[in-house]
Amino acid sequence: MSSNPATFPSSINSPTRNKLSKEKLIELGLIAIASTSILIVGLIFLFIGKEAAPFALEPGLGALFSDTWAPTSMMKESFGILPLISGSLVVTLIASLIAVPFGVCAAVYIAEVATPLEQKILKPFIELLAGIPSVVIGFFGLIVLVPFIKAGFHLDSGLTGLVGGILLALMAAPTIISISEDAIRSVPLSYKEASLAIGASRLETIWKITVPAAMSGIMAAVMLGIGRVIGETMAVLMVTGNAALMTLNPLESVRTMTATIAAEMGEISFGSEHYRALFCVGILLLVTTFGLNIVARQVLKKYRMGA
Amino acid sequence: MSTVVSTANQQSRPSLQFRKGDGVKVKEAFLYGLMRGVAYSIVLAVAFIIFDIIIKGLPVLNWEFITAFPTQSGAAGGILPAIVGTLSLVGLAVGVALPLGVASAIYLTEYAKQNRFTDMIRLAIVTLAGVPSIVFGLFGLALFVIVLGFGASILAGGLTLACMILPTIIVATEESLRTIPQSLREGSLALGATKWQTICTNVLPYAVPGILTGSILAIGRAAGETAPILLTAAAFFLPALPTSVFDQVMALPYHLYILATQHPDIAAVRPMQYGTALVLLLLVSGINIVAIFIRNHFREKFRW
Repeated sequence: MSSNPATFPSSINSPTRNKLSKEKLIELGLIAIASTSILIVGLIFLFIGKEAAPFALEPGLGALFSDTWAPTSMMKESFGILPLISGSLVVTLIASLIAVPFGVCAAVYIAEVATPLEQKILKPFIELLAGIPSVVIGFFGLIVLVPFIKAGFHLDSGLTGLVGGILLALMAAPTIISISEDAIRSVPLSYKEASLAIGASRLETIWKITVPAAMSGIMAAVMLGIGRVIGETMAVLMVTGNAALMTLNPLESVRTMTATIAAEMGEISFGSEHYRALFCVGILLLVTTFGLNIVARQVLKKYRMGA
Repeated sequence: MSTVVSTANQQSRPSLQFRKGDGVKVKEAFLYGLMRGVAYSIVLAVAFIIFDIIIKGLPVLNWEFITAFPTQSGAAGGILPAIVGTLSLVGLAVGVALPLGVASAIYLTEYAKQNRFTDMIRLAIVTLAGVPSIVFGLFGLALFVIVLGFGASILAGGLTLACMILPTIIVATEESLRTIPQSLREGSLALGATKWQTICTNVLPYAVPGILTGSILAIGRAAGETAPILLTAAAFFLPALPTSVFDQVMALPYHLYILATQHPDIAAVRPMQYGTALVLLLLVSGINIVAIFIRNHFREKFRW
């Protein structure tokens, strides 16, 4: 060995160099794969935009700002998306009015009041709710809730924005609860101790110290929940009756943006104005949920929460 | 964290008894009761939905129901092709998304530096997680069905679902990789192992439960989604099982949607609706419950 020192380094060096280049290759491969997320997002914006773009030339974006959605009318086709926006607005408002107070209250209870045993019961149920497919929730709403609302309000049809909003509240609740709960738990213990030490009760501490301190996280949770509500399709498609009315009355039938795409895309020819108009609705949905998501995640980032 | 908070709660509990007057106590008791009521009302709603579907679906559920083709446009017979269709869509979606998702997560936790590129990947994942399912459907229609020429098929639907579940898998894998202590990596590196060897032998094996949980949740989501496959893969009735990935398929959620909203004979089809809903619920919730169990089991086992 000592007689030929020159071979010593090289015999170690060559496999090491091989290993190094193999390591480099693996890292490059991983970078490439990690970039697929960027690629997919790019492709989504590109393809939805590409299919919608011709609508801006003919008949022009102005056609979208009308209050009549009658894309298959024999007399005169009309692609006004305002009734679809009002439909989405109605169900979203109802869902928020129910899901936000319920969700925040439940999150506070789970994070601050519930015993470990209660948590073990409550949390799996909430996860189970998050996992129920939207089509099953829609089916349940159609069979159970629609007749109930019809009888309760003496309506001709129970297929209303109200039922859609209630179902969406159910679907937004798990998001709102779990993210709010994380935010509430991340409030430093010292805040609570200080409050209790100066004689505040536990309840006062919860609502006047802990919840305000977690407020930005709770707001983010609400935004993510609303994002889910706006994008939800099947449940609203099944229970809202889908009449494209320009209304804010929760006891009337409404047609949301998502339901419109799902109901109509199957029956039209590719490349028609109607087809382009539905992609325009898709862009509006994409941009709205994108905006809500980005703002919410920015807020959560401050908490350094992964959610 | 949770144990710390709950002990603090228990310590503070006696302080309730030293409050100003009885009026305050009554009010507090009422408010606690209200919060408890709200929390448990959600449990009640979930239980109600699940029991309604189990009780009305169970009488329909038998061997014939899950192994026969539908007849009388869904009012009789079984749902075999819908089950097969859903399984093939989910299989393809997970087969594509799992390797991509795990590799992305490995890059993000083990290699990525704090720079603009990493920020962009993270932004893309967050964006992807928030895209509405019907927009995924539009995307799949425009790219896979039309431009790539797959037509409405298992391939187009499976790839669309894969895009949708990718962020779930990445986030779950990342979380489980992060919980593995740095010392395990350092020990391996100190013995002369390369970074990749360290990841393969000392990191990934311990992350398997977390990866499994994440991918099982993703499977549950993919199996239950209707909107993306509505535009890219699903057919209401097909006389034969699919033979290649370029075939259209029936799918459980789509079958339920059609039976619930498009079938003229409401009375005859009602039991079949409940049966289909139950099979779908059993499939998805069963998958989710397995995931929850795996996670809880290993959370106890690997405590660093």
